Amino acid sequence: MAIEIRETTRDQTRADLRIALEACAVRKIFRPARGLGAGGVAVRAVDDVSLTVRRGEIYGLLGANGSGKSTLIRVFSTLLTADAGEVRIFGYDIVRDELAVKRLINRVSVEASFFKKLSAMENLIYAGRLYGVAPDEARPKIREILRRLGIDPRRVSEPLEKLSRGMQQKIAIARAFLTSPMLLLLDEPTTGLDIRSKREVQTFVRDLRDEHDATILLTTHDLDEAARLADRIGILHQGRLVAEGSASELCARHGTGSLEEVFMTVTGRRLDESDDTGGGAGTE
Amino acid sequence: MATIGGQLGLAYAFVEREVALSKRYWAWELVWLVYGVVTSLSVAYIGLAAPTIAGGVADPAAVSRFVLYLLVGTITWRFLGLIFEQMGETIAWERWEGTIEYTFMAPVPRLTHLVGMCGATLVRALGFSVAILAAVTLFVPVDLSHADIAAALVLLATGAVAFIGLAIGSAVFPLLWTEKGLQMAYIVQAVVLLVSGVYYPTSVLPVWMQALSVVSPATYVIRGMRAALLDGADVAAVWPDLWPALLVGAISIPVGLRVFLWAERHAKRTGRLKRSG
Ligand SMILES: Nc1ncnc2c1ncn2[C@@H]1O[C@H](COP(=O)(O)OP(=O)(O)O)[C@@H](O)[C@H]1O
Ligand SMILES: [Mg+2]
Repeated sequence: MAIEIRETTRDQTRADLRIALEACAVRKIFRPARGLGAGGVAVRAVDDVSLTVRRGEIYGLLGANGSGKSTLIRVFSTLLTADAGEVRIFGYDIVRDELAVKRLINRVSVEASFFKKLSAMENLIYAGRLYGVAPDEARPKIREILRRLGIDPRRVSEPLEKLSRGMQQKIAIARAFLTSPMLLLLDEPTTGLDIRSKREVQTFVRDLRDEHDATILLTTHDLDEAARLADRIGILHQGRLVAEGSASELCARHGTGSLEEVFMTVTGRRLDESDDTGGGAGTE
Repeated sequence: MATIGGQLGLAYAFVEREVALSKRYWAWELVWLVYGVVTSLSVAYIGLAAPTIAGGVADPAAVSRFVLYLLVGTITWRFLGLIFEQMGETIAWERWEGTIEYTFMAPVPRLTHLVGMCGATLVRALGFSVAILAAVTLFVPVDLSHADIAAALVLLATGAVAFIGLAIGSAVFPLLWTEKGLQMAYIVQAVVLLVSGVYYPTSVLPVWMQALSVVSPATYVIRGMRAALLDGADVAAVWPDLWPALLVGAISIPVGLRVFLWAERHAKRTGRLKRSG
């Protein structure tokens, strides 16, 4: 790791290595397609968001469905180009230094994006190759990670579609971890999991941060999860970052006893109400 | 990582992945293989039955030539078509699997990604074509005694190169139009089949279709293949059909790549790469 960091500094002039991610006034508007059957309105999915994730931190983005969490994560992972604003990851600009950024990050999405018919091992070996980890190096690492995730080693050669959602999600996290990212982007890593798998994934995320030099940005629409995992929480509402701080700071600032009340105060609604259906303030 | 060796290693990831996928989807591969063999065999039988169908008697040498004429067309087309389909489906397939964002997020230059996919595609197309040819020769006598195999192989390699550029270009459709893009790519392929003289000389086509056949590299490759396999034309003799195919490749590969990169940027700006989650 130390070597990687030094390499990183050499090419970056003004980089502050205590900062993993710095986003400045990021905006993303989705416009309906023109032409045949055009209709609908433009959606301001991310609206002027600025945030900083410190190195080694777990930053939790909390927001209702449709509040722009996934869009923001996609911008950070170079899958979407922002309309305005600037994002730097360990000092690299995500647009100008795209390849360098890609080497430093990995992302886990809500839906486990695997080749369904390939086995966990095949999927992970492929992932390793894409990030320059040779199969011989990857194989023992994969076994170790899967063992820690409590996955029966006999199942690694079964087609992935035969494994449960929870198991697939764990393997998705294992895959991200295999490439030793400096910044891990987790988009609702526990959504749709049963309580037990949820806890296992949460523990794994914590361990990752504690034992390795990883910085984690995760999104969630689960208040408990944000409180349990995140060192700092940002609340996203209709594409805007409306509050930011540690759970206790947020409670103190708003004079309430729970994160739930903070959420109600800053957004004017409950977390399980979708941003898509209400008000329409997110559209223009 | 910037070295050629490193990039080839990255490209190999795609070859290995496609081979693994072929094994897991073996039943479908079997379907395509049977389909290919049956199509080629049927066409060969049309050739054998031509005198009966047309109601005349024909000299056996002429019939045998006719059968080979049709077979060269159908098998060469299968080879080129497989390249076109698999490359054209690069995007659509990964979108269907749900892996597209993972692949596009990986630190792999797009050129390396596409080179890897081309490698995988060529391996598969070659395997299929050889298997179909072998199966057909079991049922139909194929007379290759006058053939210039070297010239045929050069033409086939050139055709592959020429088709890769077009196929990369057609892979762009699903990037731009998430719903109907793949259908558009198939229509392009069907039109290429019609105008390239796969089963007949292009001279029988209406003049406006002949204009299209001039720009299809398949026209030259198939005509050259016939000259090489039916009449034993050597590389020098098929040159008039070789250079246009080379030219199409030399133009279409860089242009196809440019268009692909442009479409990728467009998809990332408009949120077309994938939407959901
Ligand atoms: N690719 C896209 N094209 C058009 N609209 C999109 C796209 N992705 C997201 N949106 C819209 O942007 C808004 C924010 O979505 P998203 O970022 O997925 O929210 P979240 O992840 O918080 O549920 C929603 O209104 C959604 O419909
Ligand atoms: Mg989301």
